[in-house]
Amino acid sequence: MPPARIPTGPVTFSPVEKINAELFTLTYGSIVRQLLIDYEDNVESVNVQLEKMGYNIGVRLIDEFLAKSSCSRCNDFRETADVIAKVGLKMFLGVSASVTNWNAEGTECSLVMEDNPMVDFVELPEQYKNLSYCNMLCGVFRGALEMVNMKVESTCVRDMLRGHDAYEFRLRLLEVLQDEYPFKDDE
Amino acid sequence: MSIFSLYIVNKSGGLIFQKDFADIARLNTNDALMQASIWHSLHAISSQISPLNGCTGIEMLETSTFSLHCFQALTGTKFFVTCAPRTTGVESLLRTIYEMYSDYVLKNPFYEMEMPIRCAAFDLQLVVAIKGMA
Repeated sequence: MPPARIPTGPVTFSPVEKINAELFTLTYGSIVRQLLIDYEDNVESVNVQLEKMGYNIGVRLIDEFLAKSSCSRCNDFRETADVIAKVGLKMFLGVSASVTNWNAEGTECSLVMEDNPMVDFVELPEQYKNLSYCNMLCGVFRGALEMVNMKVESTCVRDMLRGHDAYEFRLRLLEVLQDEYPFKDDE
Repeated sequence: MSIFSLYIVNKSGGLIFQKDFADIARLNTNDALMQASIWHSLHAISSQISPLNGCTGIEMLETSTFSLHCFQALTGTKFFVTCAPRTTGVESLLRTIYEMYSDYVLKNPFYEMEMPIRCAAFDLQLVVAIKGMA
């Protein structure tokens, strides 16, 4: 049996259609700005809304990722995190992340990015210091992984917009969902 | 054309897309829905009864008059085509259809997940892809 090939990031990145990075940054920025206006500067609600939007993106994005990267099934959460960091993020954001800070059971890790095109040219003013600007990305992780039967929780722990030295997202595997088969009606 | 029809089944077993490409006896809607559910169940059972671990379900069914090729994405969506026996290139056609699904269907913001697919662009691209096979 041939070994499963995990494609490399640059290999999947090159044939994918690209857009202007500034268009992306500006579009994302205007979404955040509009949400702040709509929720009247309630930062917590905006954070929740960004995560929800990310979730809706993630549930759709996963099929494109699987189709274009021809990735095979990951055997465990470690492989999943590696694939997200090296292939997924590279394919969609053009930057890859490193996976660090694994907990003892192998169910929690951190994805660390040095560079993030979503936040180019952004500076958070004082009144929005609790805004998780990249929360949409947390939602994308949650949505995408839910479609492949992994329930995860994703939070932003380090954010360069808040003065830290890198972007760190903590991914926590809550449970692996089993496929439901409606065979037994008498249960 | 050697491809007879395409069916797309969502992860709960419901038929979300069905299209015939050749002049064959057409199933009515109810029968098509039933056929999709039966295939969904068969596919699920096959991975359960497999004597070896790691079975991902039926990939091909061959009969004297037609073959059925099935591709299941890791998200649970199944794409299967019925075609003439010994047609080649069906696996790569299924992969191409999966890519088109991820583009023209999923990226349509008005398409609701798991619901029947009604995207004109997807239909057009499908016809192009199937014609390219013949």
